[in-house]
Amino acid sequence: MKDRSLVSINDYSREEIIKILDIAAEFEQNTHQNLLKGRVIASLFFEPSTRTRLSFESAIQKMGGNVVGFSSSGTTSVQKGESIKDTILTVSNYSDLIVMRHSVEGSARYASEVSPVPIINAGDGSNQHPTQCLLDLYSIRKTQGTLENLEVTFVGDLKYGRTVHSLVIALCHFNTKFHLVSPLELKLPSAVKRHIKEANLTYEQYTDFSEVIPKSDIIYMTRIQRERFPDPLEYEKVKNAYILDNKMLDNAKENCRILHPLPRVNEINVDVDSNPKAYYFEQALNGVYVRQALIASILGLK
Amino acid sequence: MKRKELIVTAINSGTVIDHIPADKVFQVIRILDLELSQDEIYFGTNLVSQKYGRKGIIKISQKYFKPQESDKIALVAPTATLIEIKDFEVVRKNNVNIPDKIERIAKCFNPNCITNKENVPTKFTVLQTDGQIKLSCHYCEKTTSQNNMVFF
Repeated sequence: MKDRSLVSINDYSREEIIKILDIAAEFEQNTHQNLLKGRVIASLFFEPSTRTRLSFESAIQKMGGNVVGFSSSGTTSVQKGESIKDTILTVSNYSDLIVMRHSVEGSARYASEVSPVPIINAGDGSNQHPTQCLLDLYSIRKTQGTLENLEVTFVGDLKYGRTVHSLVIALCHFNTKFHLVSPLELKLPSAVKRHIKEANLTYEQYTDFSEVIPKSDIIYMTRIQRERFPDPLEYEKVKNAYILDNKMLDNAKENCRILHPLPRVNEINVDVDSNPKAYYFEQALNGVYVRQALIASILGLK
Repeated sequence: MKRKELIVTAINSGTVIDHIPADKVFQVIRILDLELSQDEIYFGTNLVSQKYGRKGIIKISQKYFKPQESDKIALVAPTATLIEIKDFEVVRKNNVNIPDKIERIAKCFNPNCITNKENVPTKFTVLQTDGQIKLSCHYCEKTTSQNNMVFF
């Protein structure tokens, strides 16, 4: 993985994914390692973010590296009409690796083609968010002890949720059984289902949430956004159908864990937070270890 | 007596695009920019075909297609045959081939794709599923279906 950009989870084989998760587990045991002394990592967030940006910057600083960059494009030459190519070529002069988030889909792939230093995609519009995907996989493996043969339930907006798309595609390496719960308007796109079919795996689709809870090893919740519905009435009809509360987990399996890429609004009731099955805040912490592992392996330090 | 005649006039030299799906003739004309051509062009559609039931045909004088143009034709009319004519003789006859990858010939359907935002040439992998041709964008990873294909 040395010197290779990470743009899409499809860029990594099953073995490469496992390798990163193994290195991340080492960082979890020993998180402060002075591997990046004297190195500069650029953190270019053309679009705002809380968790992703802060966990990248935390990962870099825990390894003794320095960060340059910006957390919104408002104060940069992008405002003057500078192209992505010019911004990337300029920043690559000042850094050993570039972490970028941009609202335009495909911007990270393009950046990786013009940049002399490796790029890590921290989200390109509705397309890919591979570091979130790796931390989701890390969280699943850590809570279940394995990635193989699990029953994974995805709930909410499966159409636009990029974290759902990346995770479904990655789980196709691990013989997953998929349960897909969403309103009809927000079903998983066929381009993503194609990966499930190509891996000879099965999925089931539901509009009702409750029946699938007892089967699930992992319940991956997502936010349904009002602006996804052209008709506000349609949103009103479905908005409360995909909310998880503590009572619903009574008949969940013992090993079942709830994941959410966050931020949440109301789709997980706060009464779930104290349930031992709730795992979303630990999930966000795992992001630091996974990002440490990625940066270290791309720079050839692990 | 059986009358044998050409429904669409023969050309002296040029290319015949035969076996076009009947409903794709006008699209083929558009994507090849034949509207702007100064050469003699004959076309017909809903003609009887032994192979396909109904078919379309286009004959263009003095025109020989480059591989990129042939790729474009394949995406819209995968059954098409290209027949090159010199002095009323057939000199070459090829079925078009659907390419695995295409560059610069089609637009990405996604308005928020980098190729529609900045000066980045398009690249696609051509997918064929359930008899449908789709383009998977190298950059934004979205798929453009046949109905939404727009060519440069």
